[in-house]
Order: sequence, then C-alpha cells, then structure tokens
Amino acid sequence: MLDLSWLLIAIPLAGAALLLTWGKESDRFGHLIATACSAASFVLGVVLFVELAGRDAEDRSVTTDLGTWIDAGPFRADFSFTFDTLSSLFVLLITGVGTLIHVYSIGYMAHDERRRRFFAYLNLFIAAMLTLVLAADYLVLFLGWEGVGLASYLLIGFWQHKPSAAAAAKKAFVMNRVGDLGLALAIMTMFAWFGTTSIAAVNDQVHSVSGNVATALGLLLLLGACGKSAQFPLQAWLLDAMEGPTPVSALIHAATMVTAGVYLVVRSHDVFDASATARNVVIAVGVITLLMGAWIGCTKDDIKKALAGSTMSQIGYMMLAAGLGPAGYAFAIFHLLTHGFFKANMFLGAGSVMHGMNDDVDMRHYGALRKAMPVTFYTFGIGYLAIIGFPGTSGFFSKDKIIEAALGHSVWVGLAALLGAGVTAFYMTRLMLMTFFGEKRWRDDVHPHESPSVMTVPLIVLAALSLLAGLMALGSWIEEWLEPAAGHAEHHDLPLPIIVITLIVLVVVAAGVALAWLTYGRRQIAAETPADSEVSAFTRAGRAELYGNHVNDALVVRPATHLTRALVWADAKVIDGFVTGGADRLGEISGELRKPQTGFVRSYALMVLGGALVVLLGLLAVTLA
Amino acid sequence: MMLSLLIAVPLLGALVVALLPRTADGATARHVAFGVSILTLLMSLALLREFDIESGGYQLTEDHEWIGALGVHWALGVNGIGLTMIFLTTVLTPIVLVASWRDKEADPARTNTYFAWMLVLEALAIGVFAATDVFMFYVLFEATLIPLYFLIGAHGTGQRSYAAVKFLIYNLLGGLIMLASVVGLYVLSTQQGGPSFLHADLMDLEMSQTTERLLFLGFFIAFAIKAPLWPLHTWLPDAAASATPGTSVLMVSVVDKIGTFGMIRWCLELFPGASEWASPVVLVLATISILYGALLAIGQDDLRRLIALTSVSHFGFIILGIFAFTSVSMTGSVLYMFNHGLSTAVLFLVAGMMIQRRGSARISDFGGVQKVAPVLSGVLLVGGLSSLSLPGLAPFVSEFLVLAGTFTRSIPIATVATLGIVLAAVYILLMYQRTMTGPLNEATAGFRDLSRREVGAMAPALVLIIGLGFVPQPLLEVIDPAVEPVVNTVGVGDPPPRAPLDLTQQTEGAHE
Repeated sequence: MLDLSWLLIAIPLAGAALLLTWGKESDRFGHLIATACSAASFVLGVVLFVELAGRDAEDRSVTTDLGTWIDAGPFRADFSFTFDTLSSLFVLLITGVGTLIHVYSIGYMAHDERRRRFFAYLNLFIAAMLTLVLAADYLVLFLGWEGVGLASYLLIGFWQHKPSAAAAAKKAFVMNRVGDLGLALAIMTMFAWFGTTSIAAVNDQVHSVSGNVATALGLLLLLGACGKSAQFPLQAWLLDAMEGPTPVSALIHAATMVTAGVYLVVRSHDVFDASATARNVVIAVGVITLLMGAWIGCTKDDIKKALAGSTMSQIGYMMLAAGLGPAGYAFAIFHLLTHGFFKANMFLGAGSVMHGMNDDVDMRHYGALRKAMPVTFYTFGIGYLAIIGFPGTSGFFSKDKIIEAALGHSVWVGLAALLGAGVTAFYMTRLMLMTFFGEKRWRDDVHPHESPSVMTVPLIVLAALSLLAGLMALGSWIEEWLEPAAGHAEHHDLPLPIIVITLIVLVVVAAGVALAWLTYGRRQIAAETPADSEVSAFTRAGRAELYGNHVNDALVVRPATHLTRALVWADAKVIDGFVTGGADRLGEISGELRKPQTGFVRSYALMVLGGALVVLLGLLAVTLA
Repeated sequence: MMLSLLIAVPLLGALVVALLPRTADGATARHVAFGVSILTLLMSLALLREFDIESGGYQLTEDHEWIGALGVHWALGVNGIGLTMIFLTTVLTPIVLVASWRDKEADPARTNTYFAWMLVLEALAIGVFAATDVFMFYVLFEATLIPLYFLIGAHGTGQRSYAAVKFLIYNLLGGLIMLASVVGLYVLSTQQGGPSFLHADLMDLEMSQTTERLLFLGFFIAFAIKAPLWPLHTWLPDAAASATPGTSVLMVSVVDKIGTFGMIRWCLELFPGASEWASPVVLVLATISILYGALLAIGQDDLRRLIALTSVSHFGFIILGIFAFTSVSMTGSVLYMFNHGLSTAVLFLVAGMMIQRRGSARISDFGGVQKVAPVLSGVLLVGGLSSLSLPGLAPFVSEFLVLAGTFTRSIPIATVATLGIVLAAVYILLMYQRTMTGPLNEATAGFRDLSRREVGAMAPALVLIIGLGFVPQPLLEVIDPAVEPVVNTVGVGDPPPRAPLDLTQQTEGAHE
C-alpha cells in the first residue's frame, strides 16, 4: 500500500491537466473536480500515514521507484518517491490545508469568470508541492521545487490585468530563480563529488568528503532555501506576492510553499550536520529574517502585507531551529506544521474580512468588525492566540521549543528569538485591534457581513487545528516520530530551568501585547495612513520593507539595466560595426580598384606596354645576376 | 537506399509543387507540400525499423562513387546523433508548413515557390545530417544557403534584401574557409594512398599538429558562424527579423544546428587533438554567448530579434556541452539541439501569429493580450517556459545535462554558465509581462485567438515539449550510444566522482 505514494501526486496532477484542457462546459463543475482531487489525495495520505505509523520505527521509510527519468552516460536520475516520517507529515499538511483552501476558494472565487483555471493552478500546485516533499532524488525535488515556483507565478499573477500583479509574479519567479541557481549548483556538486543525486546516497556519503565540500553544499542549498522561503537576502518578493488572491497567499505564501526551504534543510540534514559553518549561516539567516519580518509586520497597514511580514518572521524561526542541527530539526518541522495551521487560518480570515469589505486591504478602514463577522473574529482570534504563543495553543508549544533550543545553543541567539516573540505579540495585537476592535472606520459604501459557510467552515477547522496541534508535542511524540528521518537529538543543558524560560517568554509576550494595547487600543486610530514624514524612522523603514527593494535595485537591477543597454549599443556599433565596416572597406577598395578600368583601349595598351617592360627588365636582371 | 530516398522525396515534392499551375488561392500547392512533408516524416520514422539503437556506429549506410577523379562519394549513413537531427527536421517541417498556411494570402501567385523552397531546404538539411563524405557534406552545407537566401530575400519582410545579403555573405565566407580545409584534407588523403573524402578514411589520416589545428580551425569557424557563436552572431537577429516565422524556424531550429552537428561530426571526430587544444577558448566563448545573448535579449523591443538572441544564448549551451568532452554534457548537447528546435519553433511561430494580428513586431505595441486571446497567450507561455528550461519541459533535461557534465570538468565555467538560467527567466517573463498582461492595449483589442489550424500546428510541438520533459529516455537511448565513440575519440571523458565510495571505507577504517 505504501508504494502507492506516487498516486498522491498523480491525482491532483490529473485534475490540473483535465481542467486546463477541458473547454468552457466544465466551468460549472471544474472547481468541484479540483476539490475532489485534492480531497482524494488527502484521504489517501491519511491511509498511508496510518499504515506507516503502524510499522516499527526503523521501517518507517518506503521508497517507490517508478522508473528512469534521465539516464545519460554516468548520470542517472529516477522517478522515485520516499514516503517516510518527514514526508508523511508534509503530505498531510499540504493535502489537508490544501483541501480546506480548495473548499474556501469555491466561495471566495465564486464570481471570478476564470475560476476553473484558478482551481487548475491550485491542483497543479498541490501536485508540484507533493513532488517536492516526496522526491527521493534531488533532481526530482528540483522538478517539484520549480513546479511550485510556476504555480506561484501563475497564481500571484492570476489577476493579470493588474500591472502590479503581473510585476509581482515576475519578480517572485526571478528572485526564486536566483535561489534555484544555488540549488542547481548544489545538485551539480553532488553529481561531481558523489556521482549520484539520490537524496539518501548523498546524505550517506557527505560525511566522507572534506568539510569544505559539505560547507559549499550547505551554503548552495541554503541559497535555494532563501529564495523559496523568502529569507534574507532573497526576501523582497514575498510582500509583493500578496497581489495574488488571498487563498493563494494562505496556501502557497504562508502554509506550504514558502516553508519548502526549511524542508530542504531538514531533508539534507547530513550535509548540515557535517558543516558547522553552514549551520551557523543558517542560524544567522534565520535570526536576521525573523527580526526583519517582525519589524515590517509592525508597520504595514495592509492586512495581507502585515501577515506576510509575520510569515517571513515565523519562517525565520523555523530556519533558526533548523540551523541548530539535530537539536532543532524536529522543532523546525513542528513549528512549520503549527504555523501552517494558524497562518492559513489567519490569511483565510483576512480574506473573509476583505470579502466583507469590498476587497479593501487597508486596516485603517476596518475597526469593530467583531460584531459584523463573529465567526471570522473568533477563528481569527484563535489563530492570534496561537501565533503569540498563548499558553495551551499550538504556537505556545512550538515556539517555546525553538526559544529553548536557541538558548541552549547561544544566549544571543536565544535573546533574539525572545525579542522576536515580543515583537510578534505587538504586531499581531495591533492587527487584531485595528481590524476587530475600536471604532468603525469603514468607507461609505461598505456593509460588512459574515462570509458564507463554504468559507467559514474551513476557518473553523483550521482554528481547531491551531488550538490543538500542540498535542503533537505530547510526550515528545514529534521528536520521536521524526527521529528516523531527521536524526537523534542530544538535549543540551539549558542555562535556566525550562519553567523559568517559559515564564520569561510569557512576560515578554505580555509586554508586547500591553505595548500594542497602549498604542492602538486606548487611542483612536486614524482612518488614513499617516504620511511618512509624520511617523518615526522605525515605521518609515518598516513600511519601505527595510529598503530591500532599494538595495536590490542599486546593486542588481540598475547595473544590469545599464549593462544591457551598453551591450545592445556595443553589439550594433562595435561587433556588427566591425562586420559591416569590413564590408564597407571592401566596397571602398573595390571602388579604388575599379578606377583604372576606364574602358579606353589606349590606356589598356599603355598598361600592357608597361607590364611587358617590367617583365623584360625583371628577366634581364635575373639573367645578369 | 532509405536515406537517399528520404532526400529525394522532399526534393521531388518541391519540384512538383513548383511546377503545379498557379491557382488563385494556392491551395493545391499547399496541400501537396504538406502531404510530401508528412510522407517524409513517416519515412524518417520508418528508419527506426532498420536502425539498431544499441549500436553507436553509422548505419543505413550507402556508398556510390560520385566524382571518381576526386574520390568523391555519394555516401550516406546515420548514427544516433544524425538520426536525432533528421527527426528534428522531419517533425518541424510539417509544423512549419501548417503554420505558414496563410503567409502568401496576399500574393497567392507565389505560394508555389514559397512552399517549394521550404521542401528543398528540408531535403538539403536531411542530406547534410546524413552525409558521411566531407565533400558531399560541404556541397550540401553550402546549398542550404540557396533556399534560405530566397526565402528571406524574396519572401521576407522589412529590410529583407539587406538581411538576405548579409546572411549570404557571412555564411559564404565561413563556407570558403571550410573549403580550404576540405582541400587540405584532399591533399593529405591523396598523399596517404589515394584521394578520399569518406569520414571513415579521414579518421585514419595522419597529420602534424600544426596541420591538424589549421584544418580544425577552417571547419570550426564555418560552424561557429552557422551556430552562431559570439562574436560571429550578428547576422542572425537581422535575418530572423526579416524572415517569415516559418523561415526563421527552419533557419534557427534546423539549419543552424548543422553548425553544432558539424562540430561533433567533423571537428571532434577528425581533429580530436586540435579540438582539445582549442577547447579552453571555445568554452569561454560559449559562456560569453550564453550570457551575452541573454542580456541582449533582455534589451530587445522586437519579438523576432529577442527570440533570435535567446537562441544565441542557447547555442552557447550546446557548444559548451560539446567542448566539455564528457558523455553527460555531449549527450545533453545533442538532446539540446532537438529540444531547442522545438521550443524555438513554438516561440517563432507564436510570435509570427502575434505580429500578423497586430501588424507590428514591437513588444511595446502589445499589452493585455491574455484577456482577448487566452489560448495564444497560453501557448506563448509554454513556449517561453520551455525556453527558460523549466523542469518538466524538454529543454530542462538537456540544459541540466550540459551544465552537470561541464561542472565535472570546470566548476568556474559551469557556475558562470548557470547564471544564464536567471537571465532566461528575465527575458522570457519580461516579454510575457509586456505583451500579455496588464491593461488591454487599444490596438490589440480586436485580437483573434488562435484558429483551429494554428492550434493544430502548435499542438504536436507542445505535446513533444511536455512529453520529452518527463520521458526523455526514448531520445537519450538513441543519442547516448552514438556519443560514446565521439567522447572516446577525444579521449577526455567523464571524470570519476571526486569522493568515491572506497574513500569512505578508507576514512572509516582510519577511525577504527
């Protein structure tokens, strides 16, 4: 049964192919086919998961080989898929949250004339994402990796008539390609050193090469992870990606695709185990991004962009945990799963709010929505409690574990993670207050209403998961479950008892909440975004996304534009100028040579005479000498 | 006889088409031409019945004396590489003919010559890929210029006579340099036991290092102009901008491949030592081509020039893989030749359909087309994604093999070349964004979506692009055995993995 894991991919892929090629007559029920495909994949995933769980720990990895993809000379890559403890969790997350978002989208996209195409892309995404996590070969993983990039491109730019959406889609794809460059080079390095790109074989052999090779491999993989997971320095595309329809932001740009970088690091854990340098860089990237994202989240008035900053920040936590090595892999995945639930919950909640607010995303125009949209409010509220780490919710367990592990690694990293927790509490409280509490700041023609149940039921399910997913930490289940795939974790001695750390975290979180209450809860919120000149430098920088786009423009885009212009000029003037210039010179020489051809017999006779004389003189000279 | 027949059928077909009475709509000529191209396609597939895939040598060979005094033979034969190129030719020709169906609507009297020249070009290209006599190869190589000259100069658009003359002179110049080397081979073979131009005989020639290098250069320069390699590329964008889309496809997808095909068949096999001697320079030039073509493509506002320049970049990859001398990279290069033919055909033909509807080739004259012509934009997107080598589409497999093989030989070269994948994303998606997305340009409001004929023309290419992306083995199994002998001739080959398994055991033993 477990060798049917490829079917998980095949079902949504078939759905996508069907919907993309079927004509208009399928407009009426296309979304139902897509949802059914995703749900079927989920049911199969559950069945396979149960079967896997029934096995002994050491048998919980089944690889199915579907045959050769590429076989050329010594290079070989197979279509083989591994269903193990790590990929099985991802299968449940992707198909489970994916199916809920399919259902939600039935309502959200009800009035879009291209709804069938939207669902086809969603199915394509599910298939590609499952390929990514099930692949047993890095090249097949790369197929899924770029496949989700394509789905992301198509869905960010789904409303193509908006120039901003089209630009954001292109930006996301190109920045991801920079990351893919790293992943592609990593795969080439694997082939050059190990003669294989199989994930198991590479991770087996990586301990046999010098630390420099492992470091290079780790950094190249990290570059790929940074692109896909919007980590510093390739973070600038994620906020723009919010141009896509909100279910897309929830599924791809919060719950699943953007966490693929964390998956890649954990899946390649032997590479990172073999290089402390690579691990330290992963930690640095995680810490920088978690603070950057939190900072940006504090300053955005666009509800989706505030949430996107938060996503960056939370993935920073996961990255940080993954960089801690065996002590953190399981916690990275744990937080990835809980975040998948509560962030999808909140993004869909934001979508529900927008649905009732004429697609307005500006929180300055919200306020007091808790009465108008009770279901959205309560479910969003649970997501909120989970993300700030309110005791008992899923986020409380998963974030606490990371902060503890970070403190066990280094006090400074631990403090940064702690600070992040406080800032998270601040910006999320700000978001809650601006959206659901305070005074109405609605525009005139807005009549907020609760969304239909096809949208609220997924919210309720996700809220329940956000609340309860902490159970995975019960009795260290998640650590033990992941041990066959992610290695055994040695527990570090902590500088403080766990209960003290937990209390400190709670105090910091409470401080963040209190600060937000003082700033946004007690005072009246302006219905218009204050101009940049009226706000602090902190807010200005956050609004400008910490100048990431400015840096990219100055360092890459503008120089490249100038280079392109210069080359276009040089190609026409210098290289082609040389060619056409050569032809012109030849023409001029011919013109000169043509002049003696006057057509007068007398001048030809003179030349014959002159020639004869020269020959005679020459012969004479030779004979005499 | 099968190969001679494969050349004769399109050639005779061309004659028939040319001699058919000129009708008011040219329909007869088109139907006959299409029928001939389908017949040729079926015949080329029938070659597989006689062809032993496992064997890497030349098969289906024919040998007839042609010019006895000079030792020239009408000698034909194909290995897996030649067969792949013949398939490319016979698959693309019917696609091009259907896509060009209405090119001569405004001037139906010239339908016959237009389609006849295309069939002539097909016949000559097949001949070039099948020739195993270098003199015959040379004659056919030069002869392909004639149909292309007329297709650009007489049937093209815009600055067509300038482009046609530039194309002709540039390529003739290359041909003349090659002729010098062909004469040199004649002299050598005459000295060593009688004149012969046969590939098998020439492989046994003994020559001094200097002679080998000079003869190599004669062939290489001709092929580098044809392929085109930086800095010998400037004829291509001009020619592509003036040719009809169908002509551009035949020129870039098929005829230009003679350059890279010739590098393998004649440069590497006859002059392995000189090839190795030249390889550092060639690898650098190829890498420059990759980046240069891509950067120039980003800066273009003419759709046809943009596609031509992306091809300069792609040819850089092909040449890189050939001169990295590993079986991985070279197999990748041959597969790349086929895949690039498909993806470029899609791009040129869709661009042609756009230009014909809009009356302009300028990217800035389009905008928002997706809204009114979703099928057209979908086809352009798939063609574009294949050009940027998205995994799952055919060109990814070949590009990755080229890069992975090159990486085992030179990490810096492969790393710089890999930057091309980022630039490819920029030039394709920027073009797509500017033409297809955003608000509808008023002038494109009346855009028709693709007709059924146009969809029918593109569908086979798209099916192949997607199919070969997931199942490249049928072609790789044909190519791989033919590449092995070439790699062995050069004698460099694939380096073994740098961290072999026994090293693992040694270090483990040391720990114990």
